[in-house]
Amino acid sequence: MTDIATAPAQAGSAETARKLVVSMRDVSKLFSNGTLALKGMSLDVRAGEFISLLGPSGCGKSTALRIIAGLGSPSSGTINWPSSRINAKGLPEGDVGFVFQDPTLMPWATVFDNVHLPLKLRGVSKGDARDKIMEGLEAVGLADFAKSYPRELSGGMKMRVSIARAMVTKPRLLLMDEPFAALDEITRQKLNDDVLRLWQQNGVTVIFVTHSVYESAYLSSRIVVMRARPGQVYSDMDIPQPDGRDPDYRTSEGYRQTCQLVSDALQRAIHAAEVA
Amino acid sequence: MSEIVQTNSEAGTDSAAGVILAKTPNREKILQVVVPILALTLGIIGWHLAVTINGIPRYILPGPVDVWNALWTDSATLWPALLVTVRITFMALAIALIGGVGLAIMLVQSRILELALFPYAVILQVTPMIAIAPLLLIYAPDTQTALLICAFIVAFFPILSNMAQGLKSVDHNLLNLFELYGASGWQTLIYLKIPSAMPYFMAGLRIAGGLSLIAAVVAEFAAGSAGQGAGLAFRLLESQYRLNLPRLFVALLMLCGTGIAIFGLTSFVSWLALHRWHESAIRREN
Repeated sequence: MTDIATAPAQAGSAETARKLVVSMRDVSKLFSNGTLALKGMSLDVRAGEFISLLGPSGCGKSTALRIIAGLGSPSSGTINWPSSRINAKGLPEGDVGFVFQDPTLMPWATVFDNVHLPLKLRGVSKGDARDKIMEGLEAVGLADFAKSYPRELSGGMKMRVSIARAMVTKPRLLLMDEPFAALDEITRQKLNDDVLRLWQQNGVTVIFVTHSVYESAYLSSRIVVMRARPGQVYSDMDIPQPDGRDPDYRTSEGYRQTCQLVSDALQRAIHAAEVA
Repeated sequence: MSEIVQTNSEAGTDSAAGVILAKTPNREKILQVVVPILALTLGIIGWHLAVTINGIPRYILPGPVDVWNALWTDSATLWPALLVTVRITFMALAIALIGGVGLAIMLVQSRILELALFPYAVILQVTPMIAIAPLLLIYAPDTQTALLICAFIVAFFPILSNMAQGLKSVDHNLLNLFELYGASGWQTLIYLKIPSAMPYFMAGLRIAGGLSLIAAVVAEFAAGSAGQGAGLAFRLLESQYRLNLPRLFVALLMLCGTGIAIFGLTSFVSWLALHRWHESAIRREN
């Protein structure tokens, strides 16, 4: 067990005292059907990190993400959002963007209206939100498709709309639940680059759930490997970050070594679950 | 920035094939109009020939010419009667719409209310309406009201059950998303549940539209109301007693036309609401 969950992020420079964004302490989640999805998970997320939760299916990574989002409370343990404004329900208000595995767009609304949704629910009218919405659509390269309906878009474009919607509130924390698992490899790589750019430009903290070693190694500043039965943090590693992560990086020796490291950790995590 | 813009080329791959709206070729269009009209005309000619060649008397089977004449001579009696039936049909449909949608929304908000009303819903739905009609005729202040209640009961359930089903069939992730953004119950209802229930509601509306006309006619048969303010169904019965078959045929044609009009109207409303986004209203070319 290389459980070093509390290792501080050293991405960037000497600013080790970065603000905590999420703090999970000993969180367990027991579903009503008796499944223990998470057991004693602790995780500290600091501002500006790009964390991947990597693990086999059934390791509770999506459950952990939903708890971090405030969707469903833990059965035991505590979760805190130290730098967010907490509302009456004890949840962070307006600081979280969520991208689901499916694009989860409203089929009856245009791309523009779909991106408007988070602002509309806060009472921001279409006119007042227009600039923000168009800016968000431009950032994902879909400004020309504002009037289209979701059915007119390809899978990759729908996912971009979903990302634009998650970013339109300028959240501090962006949660992504296997967002590109259903896409083809080419589209997936493009979207990986887009997410990386959004992260670098906006300074948003990202927690990214995936079961792909290559995706996590390409994107993350830190990878949290999880094991199944019960879902737990197995190892927590900081990933060396070259400045320019571009398509060339995918074929570099550094990337290969990172993949090797992460892949080994994942194999051990899977093995640990099988032995148990 | 430029890099991102380039990625739009993606739009040309898998999306284009599915989305281009199929344009029906002209030949197909002509066929769609000409063939049904031709078939209908042939049927009428066949009917005319059968009647004239066999010399069938008018009080057994009138020919199309007799029916056509009756349409003009009997219009003074039949049009007001049609108006009465149509009015009952549409009033029943309107009340069913308001009641069905309203109750469906309440049912979905409260589980206890749903369980409490469930047996009533089943009892009213499975009991043949014509069997309730005599009771209603006793309790209702006048015949028109009794007819209205009958038609309402029949039209009400398809709308209620479809709407309730639709309100419950909301994408779970979208519900999560609304929760995440702190949407209130009303916001979730108006911006999410009602729009996503629309296809279900429209299916219910189309069924209810047809049923409310049928129910209005059946209820009139049961009531047998006569004199001033009688509906088309009564005129139909009356023509039967008097062996005035051409008039009976005209009354039938009017009911048939009303049914078609209601179907067309509800289909049009459904198209208006769904054609921009719902699969059922999109034509695809493979």
